[in-house]
Amino acid sequence: MLEVRDLTKRFGGFTAVSGVSFDLAEGEILGLIGPNGSGKSTTFNCLSGLYLPTSGNVRFQGRDIAGWSSSRVCHAGIARTFQIPRPFKNLTILENVAVSAYYGRARSVSRREAFVHAEEALAMVRLPVDPTLGIGGLGAAGLKKLELARALATGPKLLLADESLGGLDESEMDQAADMLQAIRRDKGITIIWVEHIMGVLMRVVDRVMVLDHGEVIASGTPAEVAAHPKVIEVYLGSDPTARQHAQA
Amino acid sequence: MDTIFDIYLLEAIVNGVLLGGVLGLLALGLNLVFGVIDVVWICYAELVMLGMYTVYFLHVVYGVPVLLACLGAVVVVGVLGALLHYLVIRPVLQSEPINQLLVTGGVLFFLQSFATLVFGIEFRNLGLKLPILNFGEMYFSYARVLAFLVALAGMVGLYLFLTRTFLGTAIRAIAQDREIMPLMGVDSRKLYLVTSGIGGGLAGLAACLLVLQYDVHPAIGLTFGPITFMICVLGGLGNMIGGFVAAFIISQFISIGGFFFHIEWGYVIAFAFFILTMFIRPQGLFGK
Repeated sequence: MLEVRDLTKRFGGFTAVSGVSFDLAEGEILGLIGPNGSGKSTTFNCLSGLYLPTSGNVRFQGRDIAGWSSSRVCHAGIARTFQIPRPFKNLTILENVAVSAYYGRARSVSRREAFVHAEEALAMVRLPVDPTLGIGGLGAAGLKKLELARALATGPKLLLADESLGGLDESEMDQAADMLQAIRRDKGITIIWVEHIMGVLMRVVDRVMVLDHGEVIASGTPAEVAAHPKVIEVYLGSDPTARQHAQA
Repeated sequence: MDTIFDIYLLEAIVNGVLLGGVLGLLALGLNLVFGVIDVVWICYAELVMLGMYTVYFLHVVYGVPVLLACLGAVVVVGVLGALLHYLVIRPVLQSEPINQLLVTGGVLFFLQSFATLVFGIEFRNLGLKLPILNFGEMYFSYARVLAFLVALAGMVGLYLFLTRTFLGTAIRAIAQDREIMPLMGVDSRKLYLVTSGIGGGLAGLAACLLVLQYDVHPAIGLTFGPITFMICVLGGLGNMIGGFVAAFIISQFISIGGFFFHIEWGYVIAFAFFILTMFIRPQGLFGK
């Protein structure tokens, strides 16, 4: 459903993403990993229309979407979450999600339908549907869930999940990973999942792609990638404890 | 002697409240636009001036009933607000704030000169004879009471729009995070245009209420412009509730100051209070 060819993004003299190509099949979960600054978020920003790619093609369901505005990309069926949750602080939890259900879907919906979609999305991430609740009571895990619910409410075919695990403890990480699996299983949503720690991600994804300095250095099943010498060298460094930790 | 004094003071206080309503409405449009688009319309009071002329020409020259003329003014100024955004603000949206200020400042003088050229410098009024209301020993102008009530209704209307509709919710949301809204399928350009139209419409509504009480002339904007900005900044620029409260504080300074000394003293005291507040709370009384 997604074909990315030679995607490149330069900022002045700095190349953040350099000639990245990959394909994504419908219903797949692709893990996108790499150290900080390796170009993962920039790739997401190019796919979601926040950045205009310097060059390259992005075909989504047969249409070239490179250079589309983010609102158009959203209507085409691509939703994303942010590494650092960015909720609307003056809006209630339900309003936060309902706004994206109202504006973000491919087909325009009524006010009532928007609330139904919002409630569905909140139920999927197990957040309360109570319309009076503000976002004040949500902790780090709750905000991540809200971020996910907002993306789901737009009825996406492809979900770009940016560091859904950052700032979570281990049981919360497992929960979040299960949630992404359930989203794929129950809704048939294809997922690209960015993370800079490998751990839980490797257990859930079908395929992994590793970025370093804006380039793809390895791609394959989790087992293949974990054993890839370049990945071990670049991504984990030569620190043996880190290596053991990653393999454990 | 004492009772008469008290009644006059009470009259001044009530008049202050009535004035506060109109000032609050004036501040509302400016605050809405700033809060959402992050641009200050220095020429805001000049839009009000054009609204006053719209009512005057529709009613006095073309004989349109005054209520319809007012509706016309709200629409005309609303469209002008949207045009101002489309033609002037959009090209400088990514520029430095000082450039945005200067460009709308340029529009201020453009509109003032334009009005002088087209309408001349005469003072014009609707020539409506509105009654004076009296309660006991106190007298209030009907125009002021009406203005107060309509201003209040306008503010409640805007509040309901912002909280009860998706368009309003999206406007509140984009005020908080302009980058993320497009990712939820919201076309921010459209939203800005709508917000500017509403901001203009509020200026048009304020124009209808002012033209009942004041003569219109090309420089009338200078009478209301500075005090509107002062109210917005005092309440915390972009904070609609803050601006509303600040309008009532300032109108009481003007009204009570005017009662004890002279109306000009009322303004002097109000502006002195404003300057002092800026030393103590530069972000405004209700700013974060």
